[in-house]
Amino acid sequence: MTPARTVVPRTDQDLLYSEVEQDLRSSVHDLLADRCPPAAVLARCEDRTPHDLALWRALSRDLGVAGLLVPPAHGGHGATAREAAVVLEELGASVAPVPFLTSAVVATTALLGCSGAADEIARLASGAATAVLTVPLSTAPGSAFPQGVRADAAGVLTGRVTSVGDAGCADLLVVPATGPRGPGLYAVHAGARGLGADLPVSLDLTRPLVDIHFDRVAARPLAGPGAAEPALATALLTGAGLLASEQLGIAQWCLDTTVRHLGERSQFGRPVGSFQALKHRLADRWLEVVSARAAARSAADALASGSTDAPVAVAVAQAYCAPVAVRAAEECLQLHGGIGMTWEHPLHLFLKRAKADEVAFGTPGRHRAALAGLVGLPA
Amino acid sequence: MTTTAATAVDADELRGRVSALLAEYDPATVDRLTFLRARFDAGLAWVHYPRGLGGLDAPRALQSVVDAALEAAGAPDNDPRRIGIGLGMAAPTLLRFGTERQRRRFLRPLWTGEEVWCQLFSEPGAGSDLASLGTRAVRDGDAWVVTGQKVWTSSAHTARWAILLARTDPEVPKHQGLTYFVCDMHAPGVEVRPLRQITGEAEFNEVFLNEVRVPDEHRLGEVGDGWRVARTTLMNERVAIGGQALPREGGMIGIVAELWRGRPELRTPALHDRLLRLWVDAEVARLTGERLRQQLATGAPGPEGSGMKLAFARLAQEISGLEVEMLGEEGLRYDDWTLRRPQTVDFTGRGPGYRYLRAKGNSIEGGTSEILRNIIAERVLGLPAEPRTDKDVAWKDLPR
Ligand SMILES: Cc1cc2nc3c(=O)[nH]c(=O)nc-3n(C[C@H](O)[C@H](O)[C@H](O)COP(=O)(O)OP(=O)(O)OC[C@H]3O[C@@H](n4cnc5c(N)ncnc54)[C@H](O)[C@@H]3O)c2cc1C
Repeated sequence: MTPARTVVPRTDQDLLYSEVEQDLRSSVHDLLADRCPPAAVLARCEDRTPHDLALWRALSRDLGVAGLLVPPAHGGHGATAREAAVVLEELGASVAPVPFLTSAVVATTALLGCSGAADEIARLASGAATAVLTVPLSTAPGSAFPQGVRADAAGVLTGRVTSVGDAGCADLLVVPATGPRGPGLYAVHAGARGLGADLPVSLDLTRPLVDIHFDRVAARPLAGPGAAEPALATALLTGAGLLASEQLGIAQWCLDTTVRHLGERSQFGRPVGSFQALKHRLADRWLEVVSARAAARSAADALASGSTDAPVAVAVAQAYCAPVAVRAAEECLQLHGGIGMTWEHPLHLFLKRAKADEVAFGTPGRHRAALAGLVGLPA
Repeated sequence: MTTTAATAVDADELRGRVSALLAEYDPATVDRLTFLRARFDAGLAWVHYPRGLGGLDAPRALQSVVDAALEAAGAPDNDPRRIGIGLGMAAPTLLRFGTERQRRRFLRPLWTGEEVWCQLFSEPGAGSDLASLGTRAVRDGDAWVVTGQKVWTSSAHTARWAILLARTDPEVPKHQGLTYFVCDMHAPGVEVRPLRQITGEAEFNEVFLNEVRVPDEHRLGEVGDGWRVARTTLMNERVAIGGQALPREGGMIGIVAELWRGRPELRTPALHDRLLRLWVDAEVARLTGERLRQQLATGAPGPEGSGMKLAFARLAQEISGLEVEMLGEEGLRYDDWTLRRPQTVDFTGRGPGYRYLRAKGNSIEGGTSEILRNIIAERVLGLPAEPRTDKDVAWKDLPR
């Protein structure tokens, strides 16, 4: 017996960019070009203040990206994962240190799955506050409900969660915790009594991690058993699926930067980009970027339409795009020669982000394993 | 849904036209050729072609609507594997460069499969460097007299017509002295000899052209403009080989996935990992092709299409290699080495051994993977060209 399969022909997906999406892209792009050049990001990382909250305010309030996924009834723009994906492409292409993925996508999606979170959602949508879902950044969709934090009958939280990305700039924590009645999601204010934070040194300088301790922290229940698990699952699936667009943005920047460098740099009396060994490597990277774009668009479109195929589309996009971004960054470094190895050149920010993104929301291997179950190819 | 432009053909209208065709020509009773001709005349052959030439000026992406509706009704198809060169290469070139008369004469029987086409491009001395070819065409009144040797010509043994690239002026640099013709494969002076492939089959041929007379009205494009015309053919060829619309698990990956599902005793962890990696790559290649088609709408493929062929060749080779390995002892066997001259070009037919061997050609035919990478690097990414010594020299003075 083969398990149930979702091997169905699909011809209904729109894999292109709409005009609205392109307009959104160019607004975000222009703002980032002006406010977030790679050298500025590097300087912030050196000052240990990676998060650029002024930039985030401009993005979230002026351009309204914080409320993209939020329905108008909750004060948002009622856009979809497709538009959020376009924003992530641009943010990835400038390794922008802002909590869009973690707050406006993942935490917001989790809150939208709770019935009692209208206030929190409205504050996130307007850009007045940012939130984080307190799970390790490496948590894959479909993981078991986290057991690190316990809630008592009064909703008081105790426990520990490690490696929460972007938690350092969050005003609100959305905490998966297990209580006497089972899994739940809880809201905790960043300044709450009993909350502790350690800042480990992160591989990715632009999305720093926080280890969080809960020592009898008062919390507001947002979702109980029944709602908490699907809310968490949807948030993780959305995060993983849209991360593919960030990875695409990283890969595109690395490819463009490498092409430019190889056209400018001369050795042996000719541009190094005219050597065929290098051309062929870049042609392969180009093909991977073109393919990653199709995979990322497919995941975004499936999430946007609420398709039952979304878990497959997301697993495919993550399994494919994560290593593409890493290879693009690694090749970018190699083909820059010595300058690529320097702290001064910003490409290491992209390499570190790409490598951390490969682990974030599940490694490619975990996504392939998930796929094996989803499409009926058991081990 | 309402259509924005008054002339735009949408999916509903196409379904309506399919129903009308089926009502008038019941596939259960009408013979195959009559049905195919009627389908062509109804504009449902290739919907993105112009009206009157088998199409309706509709978006290319809507072809799948027509194909699905006709398949569901049990209608016969035009057996595309038999006429791939006509459909994928000759037709788009005729459409772009043919005179009205040429288009009307050739496109309908090409599409219905009444006339098979082949491609007389490659020569023993001119493969990747196609523009260096030496087959000569000399003007004689209102005809051209063609002499030379072509090689690797798929389907020459079944073809009625060929697209032919020949040298009309040896005094100018190689790209400038070429002219593009339609050649009658039944004309006196055309000799076709089978060339056996590693699969055992003779899918391709050597073709000797000995003073073959080609009327000037069978010239495509201007005299001396053959390279530009040929580039249209080549870009379409790359999309034709790598860019077919497939459902998920269509093509080679579906064969191996079904094998995996049906034969649990073949499974090992190492094979499982490779299978899943290739499944992901195949699905992404399918999406990439789909995205390219959505971008193209009705237009012609650019150098980006080369990427699809590159991806397709790599996948076909890796997946067919995995299949032989997965089969273990059975993979040691081959179905049949008999020399045959097949009627179709089939990448996924016969057995695993055949698939493995035939896939080796995918990175050579239609431009090698090395040449495709050059094209992507120079024409898509804009990297500097290699230093070249042959570009501005008259063809007759090139070292050979
Ligand atoms: C199955 C099959 C079917 C075919 N059908 C047809 C057909 O119907 N009609 C037709 O006209 N032709 C056909 N061909 C021919 C095909 O187009 C040529 O074989 C192909 O273009 C390569 O030319 P070649 O064989 O002369 O190899 P060569 O050009 O001699 O190449 C030899 C090697 O050198 C590499 N190489 C050459 N130049 C460069 C360069 N500049 N940079 C890097 N590497 C380079 C190539 O990639 C290859 O690996 C077919 C071939 C095959 C295998």
